[in-house]
Amino acid sequence: MIEFDLTTIWALIIAFAVFMYVVMDGFDLGIGILFPTFSKGEERSQAMNAIAPVWDGNETWLVLGGGGLLAAFPLAYAIILPATYPLIIAMLLGLIFRGVAFEFRWRDPRHEAFWDFAFFAGSLVAAFSQGMVLGAILQGIAIEGRAYAGGWLDWLQPYTLLTGLGVTVGYALLGSTFLAMKLTGKPEAHAYRLAVRAGLATLLLLIAVSLATPFLLGRYWSRWFDWPQILFTSQVPLLTAITFYALYRSLKKKRRYLPFVLSLCLFLLGMVGLGISMWPYVVPESVTIWDAAAPERSQAFMLVGTAFIMPIILIYTGWAYWVFRGKVGTEGYH
Amino acid sequence: MDLDFTALFLARLQFAFTVSFHFIFPSFSIGLASYLAVLEGLWLKTKKPLYLHLFRYWLKIFAIVFAMGVVSGIVMSYQFGTNWSVFSDKAGGVIGPLMAYEVLTAFFLEAGFLGVMLFGMRKVGPGLHFGATLMVALGTAISAFWILSANSWMHTPTGYLVTPDGRFVPGPSWPAIIFNPSFPYRLLHTVLAAYLTTAFAVGAVGAWHLLRDNANAHARKMFSMAMWMAALVTPVQILAGDQHALNTEEHQPAKIMAMEGHYQSYADGAPFYVVGWPNDREQRMEYALAIPKVGSLLVKHDLNAPMAGLDTIPREDQPPTAIIFWSFRIMVGLGFLMLGLGLWSLFARVRRRLYDWRSLHRAALIMGPSGFVAVIAGWVTTEVGRQPFTVYGLLRTADSVSPLAAPAVATSLLAFVVVYFAVFGVGTWYILRLMAHRPHADEEEPEEAERAPLRTAGITPGPTQNPPRGEPLPENPEEAR
Repeated sequence: MIEFDLTTIWALIIAFAVFMYVVMDGFDLGIGILFPTFSKGEERSQAMNAIAPVWDGNETWLVLGGGGLLAAFPLAYAIILPATYPLIIAMLLGLIFRGVAFEFRWRDPRHEAFWDFAFFAGSLVAAFSQGMVLGAILQGIAIEGRAYAGGWLDWLQPYTLLTGLGVTVGYALLGSTFLAMKLTGKPEAHAYRLAVRAGLATLLLLIAVSLATPFLLGRYWSRWFDWPQILFTSQVPLLTAITFYALYRSLKKKRRYLPFVLSLCLFLLGMVGLGISMWPYVVPESVTIWDAAAPERSQAFMLVGTAFIMPIILIYTGWAYWVFRGKVGTEGYH
Repeated sequence: MDLDFTALFLARLQFAFTVSFHFIFPSFSIGLASYLAVLEGLWLKTKKPLYLHLFRYWLKIFAIVFAMGVVSGIVMSYQFGTNWSVFSDKAGGVIGPLMAYEVLTAFFLEAGFLGVMLFGMRKVGPGLHFGATLMVALGTAISAFWILSANSWMHTPTGYLVTPDGRFVPGPSWPAIIFNPSFPYRLLHTVLAAYLTTAFAVGAVGAWHLLRDNANAHARKMFSMAMWMAALVTPVQILAGDQHALNTEEHQPAKIMAMEGHYQSYADGAPFYVVGWPNDREQRMEYALAIPKVGSLLVKHDLNAPMAGLDTIPREDQPPTAIIFWSFRIMVGLGFLMLGLGLWSLFARVRRRLYDWRSLHRAALIMGPSGFVAVIAGWVTTEVGRQPFTVYGLLRTADSVSPLAAPAVATSLLAFVVVYFAVFGVGTWYILRLMAHRPHADEEEPEEAERAPLRTAGITPGPTQNPPRGEPLPENPEEAR
């Protein structure tokens, strides 16, 4: 079973950072992906304003995921990034367009259409690349010694296209349920409609990815289906099914917060599923978290700081969300 | 310098390009965040609306600079893995934690409070808003602390052990790693550079508006504040630079040799080359204009001190001299021009002509970009001077690079060049356009600028359309509650 040594704690911290990034920038990127479906001008302004004060903090979790991986598991960082090189570059370029659009759109009304498109395309490219990186890691990476040994397009497979699409659609679900909380009137109704469709699409793609994954590697199969583990692992798809049903009902009833919370639960279950498949590997089949671990002194030094600082970060991040709580642009907001 | 387009060369080019572009933004936002905190603090203390107007004016510019800094910075945090994976594997245990601390203590702080700083004045009131501004400013400074510590460790590595397979691991003391020998000097020199960069940019904007209307109270105030910085901080910066050079001479003598263009050793007093063309292949200075003995005076503070030259360094361990020789001269030359402008402004103050001496304003306008150029030139000097190593003297750049195919790196380099010039070029244009706006009394919050009617449904309602509880935009801190 799991022993809570320093390296395990760090694996959990990195997993937490990745999860925080995926859900928090997930709804930002999701809003970007759905951006063209909102009518030009005011509706889009509202959608962007729903996240304008918080997107930067959300994106910081990506830097923590990358920087934390380098610091706590340098070998994993040194293998995964070259292996997915074009995807990472595409993601970074996508994030550049997405990020500057928040400012540039307001600075240059004459080119609003262009920055609207940049916001959408940047979000889409970033989301799809992230999904493909996930798939590329899951399908395994060719390694020689302590370095990546594959070609520069190894990551391009039907499976990774599937995961890319899955993450994109999942982000759209987060984005639409987030907007359902934040908007009012016509765009709010639109967000609910989008959420239903994104929810169904997420369900289909999650099933497709879940069916494909156990066939990638033998150990995934045995992880999920060996007796008696299956008693535990089968809870994950069961809970997922229940959550999807609850999500559908909450959307039909136009509940305000519940759809977003349930979407978060779906991502959490996805993360648990990922953990079941991968543990204790960071690069499946070849590099465990202990192989990749930084020296104990590095991990210990960072743990001291993280234990103190992380709660403070969560408090002031929560405060920032509290300051900008409520519907965008309604009276109760002030 | 051999220009064969190997993956190594392309990876170096890509890193140099992305880091140089990135560095422009934080060197502005570190200074600007502090300037904004000072302006808001002065507004709260004196209750003069002028400071609030200036705060709002520069806040709009800060928002763009900061956004460009963030998106170009994320690229940096992944470039270590994409292009320098062997370096990451070998040195990650030492510099990784420093960068992780930067994220934890600085990036979250900046990003977490930025939203409140930009959009939250009416929601949280002036007191808490000032707190948010201070946190953003503090975050930029803490960020400089950690990233320069990591960078300095690559120049003057201390406190590490080496494993049998050649990886750097931390020794028993983290302070020995964090406070490595070049770090205090580099931190001081770089942070002062960021303040000066901002001062000269603010000064140029003030000068531009004074040239058009020298009765503009806002332009007068920003010009005056900037010129105080120029006059007071430039001399300190020159001293700090001198001390940094002494430190470099002690720990990275080859870099000083290249900065000075000293191919030969000099037993009693080395010359100072004012200009010249360093020829690495033949290991000599061409077309040189030399002042005897002054080189020793500058570096060793003694006319007759002996100085070793690049002839004492094996060829394969020498940095490329020409780049360093010239980038160093550009930085120092600009530093003395800055000093000159600062002294001129003091003289103008004494003669009570600070606001109507047009040639002073023109000079300040021309010097507007000087900080940026000097910062990049200084950065080039120190980083190219570290070559051919990533961890000085211990790990070669050639042994640090990712196992990537040249076409992959060439494609990404091309993509970065196109996107950076397009996106950040446009961003710079927007900034210049904002700077061209005359600072005036009804400066809006960035949220409402230019688009007030359309943004009434946004997070912060436009003041004319939907004032919260019927209040006007707060002008003095008591009203704002």
